[in-house]
Amino acid sequence: MGRITLSQVKKDFGEVSVIQKLSLTIEDGEFIVFVGPSGCGKSTLLRLIAGLEDITEGQIEIDGRNATELPPAKRGLAMVFQSYALYPHMSVRKNIAFPLRMAGVEKSQQDRLVEEAARMLNLTDYLDRRPRQLSGGQRQRVAIGRAIVRKPAAFLFDEPLSNLDAALRVGMRLEISELHKRLETTMIYVTHDQVEAMTMADRIVVLNDGRIEQVGTPLELYRKPGNLFVAGFVGSPKINLLSGAESRKHGAATIGIRSEHISISTEGGDWPGSIGVSEHLGSDTFFHVACEGGDAPITVRADGEVDLKYGDKVFLTPDTAQIHKFDSRGLRID
Amino acid sequence: MATQHSRAAARLMISPAVILLLCWMLVPLGMTLYFSFLRYNLLMPGTESWNGWTNYYYFLTDPSFTDAIINTLLLVGGVLAITVVGGVLFALLLDQPMWGQGLIRVLVIAPFFVMPTVSALVWKNMFMNPVNGIFAHLANALGVAPLDFFARIPLASIIWIVSWQWLPFATLILLTSLQSLDQEQLEAAEMDGANWLRRFRFVMIPHLARPVTVVILIQTIFLLSIFAEILVTTNGGPGTATTNLTYLIYVQSLLQFDVGAGSAGGVIAIILANIVAIFLMRMIGKNLDA
Amino acid sequence: MAREVSKRRKAITTAAAGCVGFLMFFPILWIAILSLKSEGDAIRGPLEILSSNWTLESYGAVQERSNYLKHFTNSVAISFGSTFLGMLVAIPAAWAMAFVPGRRTKDVLMWMLSTKMLPPVGVLIPLYLIFRDTGLLDTRTGLVLVMMLINLPIMVWMLYTYFKEVPGEILEAARMDGATLRKELFYVLTPMALPGMASTVLLVIILAWNEAFWTLNLTAVKAAPLTAFIASYSSPEGLFYAKLSAASIVAIAPILLLGWISQKQLVRGLTFGAVK
Repeated sequence: MGRITLSQVKKDFGEVSVIQKLSLTIEDGEFIVFVGPSGCGKSTLLRLIAGLEDITEGQIEIDGRNATELPPAKRGLAMVFQSYALYPHMSVRKNIAFPLRMAGVEKSQQDRLVEEAARMLNLTDYLDRRPRQLSGGQRQRVAIGRAIVRKPAAFLFDEPLSNLDAALRVGMRLEISELHKRLETTMIYVTHDQVEAMTMADRIVVLNDGRIEQVGTPLELYRKPGNLFVAGFVGSPKINLLSGAESRKHGAATIGIRSEHISISTEGGDWPGSIGVSEHLGSDTFFHVACEGGDAPITVRADGEVDLKYGDKVFLTPDTAQIHKFDSRGLRID
Repeated sequence: MATQHSRAAARLMISPAVILLLCWMLVPLGMTLYFSFLRYNLLMPGTESWNGWTNYYYFLTDPSFTDAIINTLLLVGGVLAITVVGGVLFALLLDQPMWGQGLIRVLVIAPFFVMPTVSALVWKNMFMNPVNGIFAHLANALGVAPLDFFARIPLASIIWIVSWQWLPFATLILLTSLQSLDQEQLEAAEMDGANWLRRFRFVMIPHLARPVTVVILIQTIFLLSIFAEILVTTNGGPGTATTNLTYLIYVQSLLQFDVGAGSAGGVIAIILANIVAIFLMRMIGKNLDA
Repeated sequence: MAREVSKRRKAITTAAAGCVGFLMFFPILWIAILSLKSEGDAIRGPLEILSSNWTLESYGAVQERSNYLKHFTNSVAISFGSTFLGMLVAIPAAWAMAFVPGRRTKDVLMWMLSTKMLPPVGVLIPLYLIFRDTGLLDTRTGLVLVMMLINLPIMVWMLYTYFKEVPGEILEAARMDGATLRKELFYVLTPMALPGMASTVLLVIILAWNEAFWTLNLTAVKAAPLTAFIASYSSPEGLFYAKLSAASIVAIAPILLLGWISQKQLVRGLTFGAVK
């Protein structure tokens, strides 16, 4: 079981309010991702749930039990840290066994659980090594192993992939998702990378300045961003935001249109412009088009076969049904 | 990163150290300050009386005070000059690639671990003794009259001994600092067309500025309190030729038993040391934030 | 990446550095040689000394003349005792400041450092009088106390910089893994900080062993450690080169060894972490 409820949770560091009154319910078995730019309070929120920080106001419930005053050890949660936080003086085996040892689990039982976790994470051959003899990905798996042996109510991940190189990161992403499917345990995952959020989450919580901007499934956030911040943060490449004359035509202060909802043509269209930088990904090509009268270039997705060069004159046509409209406060207009 | 529980525990854990140091600092300091305004001689117990600023007046106008201040400055300044210049040169030399670097470094820093009384006596007797010392034998071999170091140039001799003890300290710190210098910085300077001299001038010297300051400040704190070397070699003499402030206060209070004047001297020594300490603390404090 | 340096240049630097090393070390080497000579040979010219007979008699004579062993044990008792006591106080303090920093932590640290800047002569008289009146003069207990107090700021500082290097996340991980404060200290922090603690102990023992202001002023005969004992050779009637050398060698040899072992940490300790 791992249902976590935050009600009216607030955290101040001295004068500064890092988390402003915030309520959220995380369902049992859910994979939830906290995402936001650095300094938005996502890690602090995770640490409040972990009990590594005291909350200033409000209440945290874990499985219906008030956990606000409980020390981290008593909350039944496990955490994977950004730096992995492995104990450098212990072997992999001892690292994984550490929570069991602290809980006073019998030795033979400890061995069995460690072996089991090691098998699941492909660590069996490395059990007697020290952490510094392992690669980044292996260390990451040890950290996960240490978290899963004690069968926690929920897993907390604090930017666990940010120290890995790009290729490994994709692999670990899949492994963690796979693990979630297998264990069916609640996972709370903090990242600043919206791609990680989109690919892994059941639900995403977008945070900014200590406030929740929007909560929803990845596709909800992508298709219906509730405000300018979410629209700008979710999706790669970044959504095109236009204001001024073009947005007034649609009765909004700002409009947003994603790169795949604009068609490009050399013959004719709504917005004339010229090709700037193009990024070839093979299957797709992203063109950055400087439009007449617009200040920022507009990003457009085209098929990988389209052959246009720097400086070519083109015309862009947005799909008006896919335009997101925002009012002067940045809120979505439907 | 902290919670309420750990904060309370933390305070409890710090208190013994704080209380001990607080007592260590405040009690004797208060007593020194109090004594410095008293007429108080250990040979005449029971005659203590309020004396106002008289002790300070006598201590400051005593000609040996002026001598002591000059000697202290010469001693500190001389040792600093030798150790900083020598330390930079030694550090640059030891930083070069060579065989047996570890062994050579060990030899160079060894004098720092020799207790002050030993090094003072060894230099005084085995090297600077005008009859049996190595320097005397050397002079005789060269046909020059041997120099009676502690009679002719007593302060310079002490500066020499103290420098021998502290040169390793300066070398070790500057060497550590040189080894932490980013090699890429030097290579970048080389790509930018700087020759060795310019790399030294524009990259290494600025890099060494900080550790040199640290060396100067820390050595000053210790050098102001040089005592054992003087006690076992010259007893402050001849006359007051090698009496520094620390030694003068020692003479006043424990040899002449004049607690009042000694305490006044102590207060003055504290003030002088604090002037240096303020600069040192600022540097270390800045480092603490980084 | 270090580049290849020509053999010739390397040979020249080695020779130059070797000379420097030899000259710096020579006084120590010289007393080591003198300590192995007879008293009569030790005052001859350098070349005659080298060619004269070797003997261990001075080492025996030193013990006979002045119960050298007593002073040696005093040194050991004072430096080890004060270090041990000091660590008992310093470890919890440094731990708390490193891992539970408060708003005033930095001020407390700086203040502790400032006590180290106090010139000893400024508090010589009160301490002498307190010791006289409490019967601590010329006792090991008294010196253990003083040594502990003068080195306490260094211990706290060094330990603090070592503890600071233990990543906070590892301790938090231990907390998440269910370790209580005691278990966290015992299973995680102590093993990780052990090398740092060891070098702190080494440095402080060295400093206490060589301290020569308080030992000279607060002891006479009974509790005098080696620093004070060697000073007794300064009087002209006690001047024997070979014996002085033998006494000196025994006094500095153990600390020379400790110093060489801990030379890297020495820098950090003596500069209060300002140079690493």
